[in-house]
Amino acid sequence: MDVTFKIRRQNPDMPDRRKPYWQEFLLADVDPTDRVLEMLHRIKWEQDGTLSLRRSCAHGICGSDAMRINGVNRLACKVLVRDLGERIQIEPILGMPVIKDLIVDMEPFFEHYRRVMPYFVNDDPLPADGRERLQTQADRELFDDSTKCILCACCTTSCPSFWANGHYVGPAAIVQAHRFIFDTRDQAGQERLDILSEPNGVWRCRTIFNCTPACPRDIEVTKAIGEVKLAIRKRKTIGIIQPNVSH
Amino acid sequence: MQIHKHDAIIIGAGGAGLMAALYASKGGADVAVVSKLYPTRSHTGTAQGGIGAALGNLDEDKPIYHTYDTVKGGDYLTDQHAAKILAENAVDAVIELEHMGLPFDRTSEKRISQRRFGGHTRNFGEELVRRACHAADRTGHMILQTLYQQCIKNEVSFFDEFQVVDMIVVDGVCAGVVAIELGTGEFHIFHGKASFFATGGWGRCWSVTSNAHSLTGDGAAIALRRGVPLEDMEFFQFHPTGIYRMGILITEGVRGEGGVLINSQGERFMERYAPSAKDLASRDVVSRAIYLETRAGRSIKNRGYVHLDVRPQTVNRYFAEEGRDQGDFINDATVERKLPDILDFCRTYLGVDPVKEPMPVQPTAHYAMGGIPTNVDAEVIIDAAGTVMPGAYAAGETACVSVHGANRLGTNSLVDLVVFGRRGGMKMAEYVKGADWVPLPDDAGQEIRAEFDRIRSGSGSSRPGELRAKMQETMMDNVGVFRTEDTLRQGIDDLAELRERFHRDLRIDDKALVFNTDLMEAWELGCLLDLADVTARAAIERKESRGAHSREDFKGRDDEHWMAHSLVLHDGRLDNPAYEVNFDKRVDLSLWEEEIAKGVPEERQKFRPIERVY
Repeated sequence: MDVTFKIRRQNPDMPDRRKPYWQEFLLADVDPTDRVLEMLHRIKWEQDGTLSLRRSCAHGICGSDAMRINGVNRLACKVLVRDLGERIQIEPILGMPVIKDLIVDMEPFFEHYRRVMPYFVNDDPLPADGRERLQTQADRELFDDSTKCILCACCTTSCPSFWANGHYVGPAAIVQAHRFIFDTRDQAGQERLDILSEPNGVWRCRTIFNCTPACPRDIEVTKAIGEVKLAIRKRKTIGIIQPNVSH
Repeated sequence: MQIHKHDAIIIGAGGAGLMAALYASKGGADVAVVSKLYPTRSHTGTAQGGIGAALGNLDEDKPIYHTYDTVKGGDYLTDQHAAKILAENAVDAVIELEHMGLPFDRTSEKRISQRRFGGHTRNFGEELVRRACHAADRTGHMILQTLYQQCIKNEVSFFDEFQVVDMIVVDGVCAGVVAIELGTGEFHIFHGKASFFATGGWGRCWSVTSNAHSLTGDGAAIALRRGVPLEDMEFFQFHPTGIYRMGILITEGVRGEGGVLINSQGERFMERYAPSAKDLASRDVVSRAIYLETRAGRSIKNRGYVHLDVRPQTVNRYFAEEGRDQGDFINDATVERKLPDILDFCRTYLGVDPVKEPMPVQPTAHYAMGGIPTNVDAEVIIDAAGTVMPGAYAAGETACVSVHGANRLGTNSLVDLVVFGRRGGMKMAEYVKGADWVPLPDDAGQEIRAEFDRIRSGSGSSRPGELRAKMQETMMDNVGVFRTEDTLRQGIDDLAELRERFHRDLRIDDKALVFNTDLMEAWELGCLLDLADVTARAAIERKESRGAHSREDFKGRDDEHWMAHSLVLHDGRLDNPAYEVNFDKRVDLSLWEEEIAKGVPEERQKFRPIERVY
């Protein structure tokens, strides 16, 4: 099939291309099962080498190629042409400064991430037998969903609250905090809850739910944010998440 | 050129790089991590099934069994003392990862859960053992995330999206590296007492690969051009189960959970090739079996792929045949819980639901056993005698210790990262305390800048994309799973032509500075072409079949002549280098030699090279 790609572009190195503009590319012989990333590569490798984007693993794990595809945040390597049709519109993710074509400045995103203490804290002496700390599988599963996050920014850059206020830490940072807050081995849950109680913390979330369908890892982002809100209200982390009884 | 000065420069922010960064900084060194990707984009994150360590949480296990499996899996090209260190250090390293917060799955005793993996056995091959410590099927993701988190906690300095393009060697000492800041296109010099290469593999030399687009072997190519030989380059692993045509990896953990490979006759063909380990024989064995089934006309629809079947009814039927305990039987929920990412890949890319249908799989270029030669402390060595290049370190896939020998066992790549990243980090911390700063030469970085100017100004007719596709095709056809003198000669000739076009006829569209990915991809193609060339040249010289290197014109393993590592040297000319291949570096057989010294009778020696049977 023939597919037309309409791509939002800009290039700071070229005086006439500094402002954003749209450019169309026509690709022939597209297989419906081709990934959008492969088609962007075809454009870059066969038609216009200046087209710029980030990508790496090409199967939805590294989180490099988040972009707005037909108006929805997706990873270009995880969406197939057949799910989009013969006209595909591609823009950089919203709410971040665009550097060149589909490449945005990710620093603000990682700055928010670093703010929530995204690392394990436990200052107790290590087990005397030299082995691992103990944890039940049920406790391990409480935060399983949020361990899947790949920091692609699809959720944060789909959030109207983030678009309105770039100081809001955003869904991804909250998911990262969630991963530690509900880990029974971690000891800094309360500090993270304090950070997320601040004005640009979790209460900026208006439960709009854009983040959940945007997540390429199928994390229930809004639910995780809700659990953090509940933990702040109840001033506790135990008993907030109900164990999944299906297995 | 802006100059940055740090005790230790880590190049690459995957598992090996971050582990080295953590341990070097804990040891008191001032560390900078320079990476072309944001650290969490590194390919360690795609590792799925597990990290092997003889914790013995579910089955009786000992590091010496893990050592044995690693040596045997490597078809006896593995350096035995290095394998011993790998297996022993693996236990501590995995425990340390847990202490850093890594969310491993748990056993009913609340300990780290473990699963079976290819080639991992108890008591010197007696039976398969649960050794792979796992966090669902995203173990690598969790390792990468955990290490990055700990680096943030320890305030390690990161230079994200800085791509290292050259190393600075002064009188045989490594004094740092040259990098391009991708966001500005500017060159920077990182002046360090120690430089640690952890840049990963070069699977992108082949057309069907599990490797990320960014796996272009930058570190290995840079070192090669600066006088470091590359070791054992002829050994490149094809993983048996890549998604048909795409190459995306389907973890061996699928077979660890009971999944089986089935041909067009509905036969579980691995029973013929490996009567004992069957589908969990080592990867080289299974990949060859799939090719042989294909040649015999037994691939599905005759298209070169087979089925990987993890449907509970199939798995349980074979479990019942094998007399396995009912408690081992699986259901749909088990598959969903243990292999969520695999299900997601198949549903997304194939529209296939592995709980209901088998997955179409074919071998996919996966892992470089060879690379930058190092000793067991990750110090780069430059000859068969083990002479160290002061200030240069390497670990992970880009390095060759050699613990993987001629074929790596599943899970051992993650073990390699953490074990040798950690050892290298500690060693660097110690080294930088005593070492003097080597002054930078006045022209540091000028040569590589000129090379980039040449590439950028390219106005010929050969697009990098076209050259890359042709390289990948010839590597797949001629330097793949099966090789002969003729195919390898063809590969070398094709590569010579592509290299000629790369150096004389390149065309680059993007002349800009900011995020010039066209330029960077072209330079990366140059790295791939060099590494492809070295691979083919080492392969044509090794006239035997061993592990992943399968010569149809020299079918057997020949221990009399080839118990040696290859070393390929490059003369430093970028456009038309001369190579020297030697086999002077003997395989370390110290564990076998100990057995002999102790008077262990031959039939009871465990580390004597014998024919591999799975």
